[in-house]
Amino acid sequence: MRVLMFGWEFPPHIAGGLGTACEGIVKGLAYNGVETLFVMPNASGDEDQSATTILNASDVAVQNVSSTVEEFINKVKFMYVDSNLVPYVDPDEYYAAIEKMRAEGLTQTSVGFGQKFKFSGKYGANLMEEVSRYAQVGGTIAMQHIDEFDVIHSHDWLTYLAGIAAKELTGKPLVVHVHATSYDRGDEKHIDTRVLDIETRGMMAADRVVTVSDLTRNIVVNKYGIDPAKVVTVHNAVDFSGRENIEVERGVRDKVVTFLGRITFQKGPEYFIEAAAKVLKRTKNVRFVMAGSGDMMNRAIRQVARLGISDRFHFTGFLRGAEVQKMFALSDVYIMPSVSEPFGISPLEAMRTGVPSIISYQSGAAEVLKYALKVDFWDVDALADDIYALVSYPALTEFASKQGYDEVNELKWNGATAKLKKVYESLI
Amino acid sequence: MKKSICLYFQVHQPTRLRKYRFFDIGKDSHYYDDFANRTILKRVAQKCYLPMNELLLEAITKSKGKFKLAFSISGSALEQFDRYAPEVLDSFRKLAATGKVEFLCETYYHSLASLAAPSEFAHQVEKHKAHIKEAFGVEPVTFRNTELIYSDDIARQVYDLGFKTMLTEGARHIMAWQSPDYVYTAASQPKLKLLLRNYGLSDDIAFRFSDRGWAEWPLTAEKYLGWLREADGDIVNLFMDYETFGEHQAADSGIFEFMRAFFKEALASGEFDFVTPAQAVKNIKPVDSLSVPDPISWADEERDLSAWLGNELQQDAYNKVYRLTEKLAILADPELWSDFGHLQESDHLYYMCTKFFSDGEIHKRFSPYDTPYEAFINYMNVLSDFIIRINSIYAEQQN
Repeated sequence: MRVLMFGWEFPPHIAGGLGTACEGIVKGLAYNGVETLFVMPNASGDEDQSATTILNASDVAVQNVSSTVEEFINKVKFMYVDSNLVPYVDPDEYYAAIEKMRAEGLTQTSVGFGQKFKFSGKYGANLMEEVSRYAQVGGTIAMQHIDEFDVIHSHDWLTYLAGIAAKELTGKPLVVHVHATSYDRGDEKHIDTRVLDIETRGMMAADRVVTVSDLTRNIVVNKYGIDPAKVVTVHNAVDFSGRENIEVERGVRDKVVTFLGRITFQKGPEYFIEAAAKVLKRTKNVRFVMAGSGDMMNRAIRQVARLGISDRFHFTGFLRGAEVQKMFALSDVYIMPSVSEPFGISPLEAMRTGVPSIISYQSGAAEVLKYALKVDFWDVDALADDIYALVSYPALTEFASKQGYDEVNELKWNGATAKLKKVYESLI
Repeated sequence: MKKSICLYFQVHQPTRLRKYRFFDIGKDSHYYDDFANRTILKRVAQKCYLPMNELLLEAITKSKGKFKLAFSISGSALEQFDRYAPEVLDSFRKLAATGKVEFLCETYYHSLASLAAPSEFAHQVEKHKAHIKEAFGVEPVTFRNTELIYSDDIARQVYDLGFKTMLTEGARHIMAWQSPDYVYTAASQPKLKLLLRNYGLSDDIAFRFSDRGWAEWPLTAEKYLGWLREADGDIVNLFMDYETFGEHQAADSGIFEFMRAFFKEALASGEFDFVTPAQAVKNIKPVDSLSVPDPISWADEERDLSAWLGNELQQDAYNKVYRLTEKLAILADPELWSDFGHLQESDHLYYMCTKFFSDGEIHKRFSPYDTPYEAFINYMNVLSDFIIRINSIYAEQQN
């Protein structure tokens, strides 16, 4: 079994969780005997290729225009838009990406056929144009490698057009993998219809749609109107191999309760803050940390000040790499009160560090984590109760920590990708 | 009778905080950005303090003592002079030695203690008074509160601390039809005399001098004296930040030449004399009493406290820091007291101001932070560490 896979990013250079998931998937597939050709817009050359072969779309010139490609281009009405669209990336990364692109002079993006296109592979201002270029190059790559794969697999809307192009040109079956939907990115009034349009097109054109949770599967069926018979859930996993938990010296003696992620509507930061205020009314030996940045950060800071808890509620700003591990290591309780979370890998990271987690039922992770405590995101009282219990009753904390650690170590990509392999097999 | 001109310049430098992260809490209790503080102080010394002090000394000498003025120098600024630019302190001492310069008293840490905690206020006033006496050999007799903040309640406190004169803003909403160009008394304490800033004429120099969009640009000494002549009262109080000269108004705007000409021509005309605040209240009789139930200040359009306590971030930070007053009074720990003082500097609250679309530009210009939110987060992280230290020392002393 061979798969042509379209991704947007791959470690070590990643902005969001998509790249990490893709690496886990290709490694798991390799374990299950599935070969992958992994296409990405802008490979750096330092990606780990032990489990896959990486094709860099920036190295590929678009071939002679076949009538099919032309037809296809007409069909999808390629959009040359200078939109400032940011699907996953947090604001810091976004501005950094734009600045970097400016510095590198990448504003000049017009390109004719027979030329190479230098993708940024980021989530910056020219994203829509990059997405349509990527589709053109994707079609070319599929034709060049037509004898080397059986199935096409596209990860999230950024790569759906490339997947469709490859299917149109080669006639091979297409799987689209839904890691997130427009409905998770903001409230329904502010959905970007161009993204929604590409998502719908991809799911419609696909022979199978893979979702990262049943929660996402419901959205795909109910909001996008996709036939349930072709939508399959394959829960995310996480690769902890080779990871040692770090030891950190603590500066504060109090228990630390942490929220780590983008501070946006979708992540439910205000419920965390309300719960913190309730807990602080009952006990003082606890501190709360909101790590990350996002468009609701300033509002969150005002809320904390208004509640008068700012000496016990701290903001770290955006954390990178090792700082994230350090933050987990400094935490006693981890909270993910997401309003809508397709999966949510962060509680798995926390539990792997031995930190008991409280997550909302409105997250995909809640479907697989038995030893995380669960509440409805809006149920601030329940959240406060659980936080209080975890900082006050050592027996509970130790149990949740130990069981949670064992549980997440069992959530391996090898199992998840075995299920994915079955999906491929059903298509040929 | 000649019309009096009363000049008072405010000298202050905040003790800026370093980038203090959550990860530092409980581990590292050095809070200050020594590099920024030193660099900024040295720059301002070169551009403003040293050249302007020299200019003033020359004006005093050449006028044979007819030219006079007043300074208020915060304790935080004095500490930085001592540490980074002792030559500035020397040049102020030279001015003091002429006997023509009055040094005013204020809160040592340029704080809002007058609003928050009477005991802390009294403590900082005494500390500043002692420090000024030690530095310049004269005990201050006139009081100016941080940012000219004033109210009936503060007037009472200030009088009880031994002052007979106080400076404040001639805020329009307080003055109504009355002119700031007279001496007044406090309604809550008739023995306390008030000198009120003429904000129009003060800001012509402090804010508008180099503004080429201003209809009166360029300002000349002749034109300015004409305006002073038209002022209807006994005294014109020109109060401004000392950093106006060479820092806010750059040297190439001609600010130094203007001031030199202004002093010279004012005296040469024979229509004006220069007075210090202490002399002014001896020479000039008060015309009326002023009642100020709600605090006023010299900041922003509102002339109230909204620059420091206008939003919930500022109010929370303010409440959190002043809540510590009682505990600190019990702990006889000079190091903690010093940090407590520096954390009370009103500048930290000023950086958290969110009045971005009106006076926000000015706030932003003076802030080391990109946003008021960053200012708040950083301050609260520092304060959290400080609270941990207090509590642990407190616990030790209780045992």
